[in-house]
Amino acid sequence: MKKMIWTGGIILVFFLCLAIFAPFISSYDYKEQNINLRLQPPSSKHIFGTDEFGRDVFARMLYGARVSISVGFLAIAIATLIGVSYGAISGYYGGLIDNIMMRIVDIILTIPVLFLILMLIVYLGPSISNIIIIIGLTSWTDIARIVRAEVLKIKNFAFVDAAKLIGLPKKIIIFKYIILNISGPILVYIVFGISGAILTESGLSFLGLGVQPPFPSWGNILTAGKDYIHTAWWLVLFPGIFIFLTVFSLNILGEGLRDFFNPKLKRE
Amino acid sequence: MKNYIIKRLLLIIPILLGITIITFSIIHLTPGGFTTVNLQMDIRTSPDSIARLKSLYGLDRPLHIQYLNWLKRFVFFDFGNSFLDGRPVLKKVAERLPATLLLNISALILEFFIAIIIGVTSALKRNSFYDKSMTVITFIGYSIPSFWLALILMLIFGVKLDLLPISGLKSVNFDFLSSGEKIIDILKHLVLPVFITAFGGLAYISRYVKTNMIETLSQQYIKASYAKGLSENIIIYKHALKNSLLPVITLLGLSLPGLIGGSFIFETIFAWPGMGRLAYESALNFDYPVIMGVVTMAAFLTLLGNLLADISYAFVDPRIRYR
Repeated sequence: MKKMIWTGGIILVFFLCLAIFAPFISSYDYKEQNINLRLQPPSSKHIFGTDEFGRDVFARMLYGARVSISVGFLAIAIATLIGVSYGAISGYYGGLIDNIMMRIVDIILTIPVLFLILMLIVYLGPSISNIIIIIGLTSWTDIARIVRAEVLKIKNFAFVDAAKLIGLPKKIIIFKYIILNISGPILVYIVFGISGAILTESGLSFLGLGVQPPFPSWGNILTAGKDYIHTAWWLVLFPGIFIFLTVFSLNILGEGLRDFFNPKLKRE
Repeated sequence: MKNYIIKRLLLIIPILLGITIITFSIIHLTPGGFTTVNLQMDIRTSPDSIARLKSLYGLDRPLHIQYLNWLKRFVFFDFGNSFLDGRPVLKKVAERLPATLLLNISALILEFFIAIIIGVTSALKRNSFYDKSMTVITFIGYSIPSFWLALILMLIFGVKLDLLPISGLKSVNFDFLSSGEKIIDILKHLVLPVFITAFGGLAYISRYVKTNMIETLSQQYIKASYAKGLSENIIIYKHALKNSLLPVITLLGLSLPGLIGGSFIFETIFAWPGMGRLAYESALNFDYPVIMGVVTMAAFLTLLGNLLADISYAFVDPRIRYR
């Protein structure tokens, strides 16, 4: 369990560093074209080779990390904000409000998510901000459900009653007393959510509906490269490995955290 | 039990209404649309002809009237005709469904088969090297972008080794093959997509089986069987296995909706003529009747699958009583 958290965490931090320090790691510009050097295999000058416009693939991967990872983080930030408030309100008030709010979640859960995202992107256009908002707006239901379930469990605890007795406003009780106490399970869902969002963006890119060129994202580097797969394998291999390693690190981090926050497993 | 099922079936109606209203609003309230996308690029189009086209498809009427008209036809299972080629939506779905079902059912069987073996054996050899490597392998399957894996495997097995066909459901010369060769031809086309689909789903099911098996093995009656002197094989494969696999049935119910909703990314790569591509093409072309039809059918199956999962759960576990 600790091993999973460490392995996942270290790989993730590695990719975060690549994204943050991109300009210091590679001296190439991600959009600088050089037709004389198109489709060069990996060499000491271009360690991941060059693409069909002679751009340095390694530099594009680094800046692509910025786009792909921030799409994942920002989309789930939106989803968490909506999901936590929604679930907390539903669970805390209970009764009819809870019933109506949860039936709405049921309805949203029944619509095929990817299809919903696809429709929205086709109709609103695939800009980076649209992609972040659309993925965010379609992935909050899981968090809302888990938060509601945890709030239901915790709202009858003595410390919540005590907070009510001293006359604290509901907003403070919900967000300071209850949400803080369930931040563990929320964190687990955030981590899995980010990995899902990164995969979703790369899948959308694959259909040409993700982040649009000239902005690089791992998904659209891979997509552009697939037309040259027979001659330039490096255009497909490296972005795939980057996506896989990031998603893999997030998944084992999430799995480790889930075990870490599970009181049943602690006793063993 | 009977009352519970009736109540749940009745609950499907308001949820379906909600889903159709949301989908309808998304496709009609967002900018762009069938008439603009397909005609505005054409220099011969006049505002007059767009208006005529809109009235032909009933798109000029107020939204709530349009929705009610759709609903009226839906009650009689009439999903209308596709805007693109004028054919009935149900017919278009019926054409695409077999390919998706063939792929998904084969993948589901393979997935459960392998996952159960991995889950049970990992539970028996808990915390061993085998257990840990199985966890890593299934996690790799869960994390790997399926379209990327598809590309790589297509390159290796389809192009470099030339063992398997890389796209579509049938070969070009399919009609000239004997019936035996036809089956082999389809099976060959199935190998890569089925393997990749199943690989991605292993992690979840095998972990579920493993947890259940571990839990069952720690039960009193298992200890009692050991005390009684039954052989280990009988205890594990007859008593423990049976009881730990019962909950897996509910997972089958939950995978039911996934059977018709093909993944459009996946079907695009393999040029698989299935539901996913139908949905994708209809969204790209603003083909409203097809979008509504596909979403409604998928949603209905999801609800039915959830209900079946709940019922089967009560069926296999007598402790659960629904009211």
